[in-house]
Amino acid sequence: MSAPIQIQPGETFTLNVGPQHPATHGVLRVKMEMDGEYIVKAETVLGYIHRMHELMGENRTYPQVLPNLSRLDYLGAMGYTHGHVLAVERAAGIEVPERAEYVRAIMVELNRIASHLFWFGAFVMDLGGFTPLMYAIEDREYILDMLEAVTGSRLTYCYFRFGGLYNDIDDDFVNAARAFIPRMRKSLKKYAALVTGNIIFEKRLKDIGPISAEMCRKYGASGPVARGSGIDFDVRKNEPYSVYPEFDFDIPVYHECDSLARYMVRMDEMEQSLRIVEQGLDKLPDGPIMPKKKPKLIKPAAGDYYQAVETARGSFGIRIVSDGTKNAYRFKLRSPTYSNMHMFDEACRGMMIMDALAMMGSLDLVIPEIDR
Amino acid sequence: MIKDSVKQSMEELFPPPAEPVVEEAPAEETEEEEAGAKKKKAAKKAEPRLNGVLERDYKTFGYHLDIQLDPGELLAAVLILDKADFFIESITGVDWIKEDQLEVIYDFSRYDFDACRVVIRTRTPRSEPSVPTITKIFAGANWHERETHDFFGIKFEGHPHLIPLLLPEDADFHPLLKDFKP
Repeated sequence: MSAPIQIQPGETFTLNVGPQHPATHGVLRVKMEMDGEYIVKAETVLGYIHRMHELMGENRTYPQVLPNLSRLDYLGAMGYTHGHVLAVERAAGIEVPERAEYVRAIMVELNRIASHLFWFGAFVMDLGGFTPLMYAIEDREYILDMLEAVTGSRLTYCYFRFGGLYNDIDDDFVNAARAFIPRMRKSLKKYAALVTGNIIFEKRLKDIGPISAEMCRKYGASGPVARGSGIDFDVRKNEPYSVYPEFDFDIPVYHECDSLARYMVRMDEMEQSLRIVEQGLDKLPDGPIMPKKKPKLIKPAAGDYYQAVETARGSFGIRIVSDGTKNAYRFKLRSPTYSNMHMFDEACRGMMIMDALAMMGSLDLVIPEIDR
Repeated sequence: MIKDSVKQSMEELFPPPAEPVVEEAPAEETEEEEAGAKKKKAAKKAEPRLNGVLERDYKTFGYHLDIQLDPGELLAAVLILDKADFFIESITGVDWIKEDQLEVIYDFSRYDFDACRVVIRTRTPRSEPSVPTITKIFAGANWHERETHDFFGIKFEGHPHLIPLLLPEDADFHPLLKDFKP
């Protein structure tokens, strides 16, 4: 038997995390240079699930590429298709009826809650608590059933159309959504009692994984990660789109910059999304869900158009460079977790590996969305 | 308004003859004009855009300021945005194969309710595409530049680690070039 490897003081070794590691939630690989339990340097290796959606966007017509958008982020797909329809509507100048706008906002917010719920369960499971995942999935299942009845799919929705929607919501949906709001509020109280105040949970997250506001700016972080660092930034408020100016909701901001702050932002956001759903159902106008006049073939005027939306993970941007034909000349997707994950390399230096994985969980990574 | 102050400091980058003109119509042709070239303007349609600052209609395009410059002025422009607390949104490229040029597009925005999106464009020849890196100013440009190098083969001079990011590590092709054949 050979002698055990002796590591000299100051000597480092390389630890490979992933690409198939349960803590990375997908095919993400991180090469970590370790000094004992401490991380000296981390290098993220991407591309294991790269599918080149941007080239597909150039080869297909605008409606044909719509289903691709929901394959970016399987947890919050509605927000991404919303970005695409808004971008094409902006480029082609298509008007959207008011009812369709309200239904879109309701759907996106319900999907945001579903996404945060799954993140909540998986994040606490990363830290060693299995039970909350089961509670979270039960609530999420309720949302998915509601959305499935209207949209026809459970995760990869292709529900929005340029100018409106594929299918109108019915009374069953409205009743189910109304019943869901008090149920979810009760669940949020349960989660707070079960997890938020837990002393082990708090010790694992408080002051762990600090990300300063300046670092967020240099890397272009957005969404709950930026809001956990004291940045009051939400595209729904900063650059209002769709019917969001009609709703009364707050943007939760925490100034602690640690993993716990990012957790608290998402937990508070679910309550704010519930408020939007509630107001949306109250204000829901009658009327058509598709515009009367809509071009048969969508051919935006030549130009360079940009549209940003706030998805569950942050600011998602679409750039469409059109040359006046039915295909985009260039189709660029700016995904939020791409920028958020980029910070990990710098932020995790000097941290213990368990803390770094807790921080990675608090970034809410969805790998297909980073790799596109 | 942050937009006006940024516009003013950006305009100082350009020599006086290239006077910025506010463009309002969604038409793509630029209306940069010099006293002598007025007659030709009406006849030409796809005239290449001159360097300068354009103010865009946010409702139509989704951004406020549109700046085109030479790669040499890029760092100065990015420094202005860094000082004005902009964050980097993304970097990408466009292959203008008919003009034998590659365009690099930089998007910047602010964490602020005074919304101001700034787009910086620069062009580089297709045969030897190269622009300076901005990773020294915005560390977050690192991955964006690597991705643009993957897809277009644009060399970012001075980049610390320009190896494939999303493509396989031995990739020697650039899939978003218009003459790419799989």
